[in-house]
Amino acid sequence: MSTPFSTSILPPPGSKLPNSAFKWAAALAAAMIVVLIVLVGWELYTGSRQALMKFGSGFLWSSEWDPVAEKYGALPFIFGTLVSSLLALAIAVPLGVATALFLTELAPLRVRQPIVMAIEMLAAVPSVIFGMWGIFVLIPWLRDHLFVWLKHSLGFLPLFKGPIYGVSMFAAGIIIAIMILPIVTSISREILRSVPDLQREAAYALGATRWEVLRIAVLSYARRGLFGAAILGLGRALGETMAVTMVIGNRPQISVSLFAPGYTLASVVANEFTEATTDLYLSSLFELGLVLLAVTILVNIAAQVMLKSMTGSGSSKVA
Amino acid sequence: MDASPYLPTPEYARWRKWKSAAVTWLLVACALAVIAPLFLVIYFLVARGASSLDWNFFTQLPKPTGEVGGGMANAIVGTLTLLVMAAAVGVPFGVFGGIYLAEYGSDRANNWIRFAADVLNGVPSIVWGMVVYLLLVVPFKTFSAYAGGVALGLIMVPLVMRTTEEVLVLVPQSYREAALALGIARWKVIVVIVVRTALKGIATGVIVALARIAGETAPLLFTALGNSFWSHNLKEPISALPLQIFAYSISAYDDWHRQAWAGALVLMALILALNITVRVMSRDRKSAS
Repeated sequence: MSTPFSTSILPPPGSKLPNSAFKWAAALAAAMIVVLIVLVGWELYTGSRQALMKFGSGFLWSSEWDPVAEKYGALPFIFGTLVSSLLALAIAVPLGVATALFLTELAPLRVRQPIVMAIEMLAAVPSVIFGMWGIFVLIPWLRDHLFVWLKHSLGFLPLFKGPIYGVSMFAAGIIIAIMILPIVTSISREILRSVPDLQREAAYALGATRWEVLRIAVLSYARRGLFGAAILGLGRALGETMAVTMVIGNRPQISVSLFAPGYTLASVVANEFTEATTDLYLSSLFELGLVLLAVTILVNIAAQVMLKSMTGSGSSKVA
Repeated sequence: MDASPYLPTPEYARWRKWKSAAVTWLLVACALAVIAPLFLVIYFLVARGASSLDWNFFTQLPKPTGEVGGGMANAIVGTLTLLVMAAAVGVPFGVFGGIYLAEYGSDRANNWIRFAADVLNGVPSIVWGMVVYLLLVVPFKTFSAYAGGVALGLIMVPLVMRTTEEVLVLVPQSYREAALALGIARWKVIVVIVVRTALKGIATGVIVALARIAGETAPLLFTALGNSFWSHNLKEPISALPLQIFAYSISAYDDWHRQAWAGALVLMALILALNITVRVMSRDRKSAS
């Protein structure tokens, strides 16, 4: 080095190596994320190749799932996943948005903090504990009270016909709703907080009541973002596994009645994976996993894009 | 309607006020309904689980099917083992990745990586189990603690990466400039100044991620598999609290149900403890800055 200084505090020459090594290590770790996405897709694809070759696209439309006869079709599981998730959304989105409204627009700090904390804690409860609570507490109650009452008063609808077992699509929908409520609520809250106060003040100045302010100034402004929150909730709902497995009844059938047992993509994998006796059986389960992955990734991308256009920074804070 | 449409009648004004009040109470009711399940779950965990938490529960192995008694000692140790292994996989990749995002990468590359991390975060955990099954269980022909640890570790990576990035970005730029101006190598600046300053935040992120994976069951079903005995070797299947809770609660034995509640109470306590640690740590951080 041609430096005129000969002091020892300057870095010794040749210290570029650790610098670039460190940088590459960091870059490698960051690249890992992208590698992981590709890896997950690729592994599931290789795992399901046999089923893909054998059944082709008919796999998605066939409603027969009979491992003994080596017949595999995904339709009952796709149906179960969609119905249970949509049911969960129908419960969780109104409740979550209403709670977010309460927290951002009404609640004083003293009330807000404990409720926010409780919602965060709700998010921390593991799936398997919700499932167990579902089996021993929720399902007996649904079977003996809510379902009986619904059947009695709304039994003319095909949705509420048929025998009551307890384990059912309905029970799964409720459990999933409880599990996605924290994320729907916290993202809705972020969205509502991003609504400028000017909106509210303008509406109040026109003489609007509190509800009218919420409806005209807040909700309509935040509509897009709230939709994004719902889609993100859907992404979580689709992949819920353990709690659903424990309460949905695990029967590969397509039934209009919400009292009937069902089955979802994630729960059939959880249940039958270690019991899969033949290669084709296992391969079919991998294909179900591949379908699940594809759907959740698409839904998540849609949610991210929608939220990004709303808040600018996306949903980084909500794990 | 007798008056002009521009002049609301007193009845109409009253109706609007009434409607507003009704909605207010409805919102309150919704908020209460949302947090009610938390208290119901905790109530039943304590009411049904606490009485089964005795010395045996923490020190004994599960008894064979149908026999009364026994405990979950191996599952508790198994869960802790898996957490350590998951951290060994998830923390280095997550922290280094976060360092890249905060200190090096170009805006465009970073946006893609962040996007990928958020998408990865939404991948159902059972999918990780299937992937690791193909990667580590099939080639080595055995379910193992390693496979379980890796499955949980991979779930941690995007979580740790995002939180690490977030706290590193908060370190004032002037710290970096001051250190670089002293002629300290870039990597040393990052390790000794930047990461050091944000260490508490990074640790908080790691604990949050651990709390999230501690209760994961689905990715362990066909990686760690579960075990009714002690695992003396990480190449063997290992038990974990969530697996044991799952197996016991879908069984037909009352005594196992009793133990499942106790196990769930212990698991919940572990997760709450991690969350409270985070809360205390981030409160300190806030008051310090």
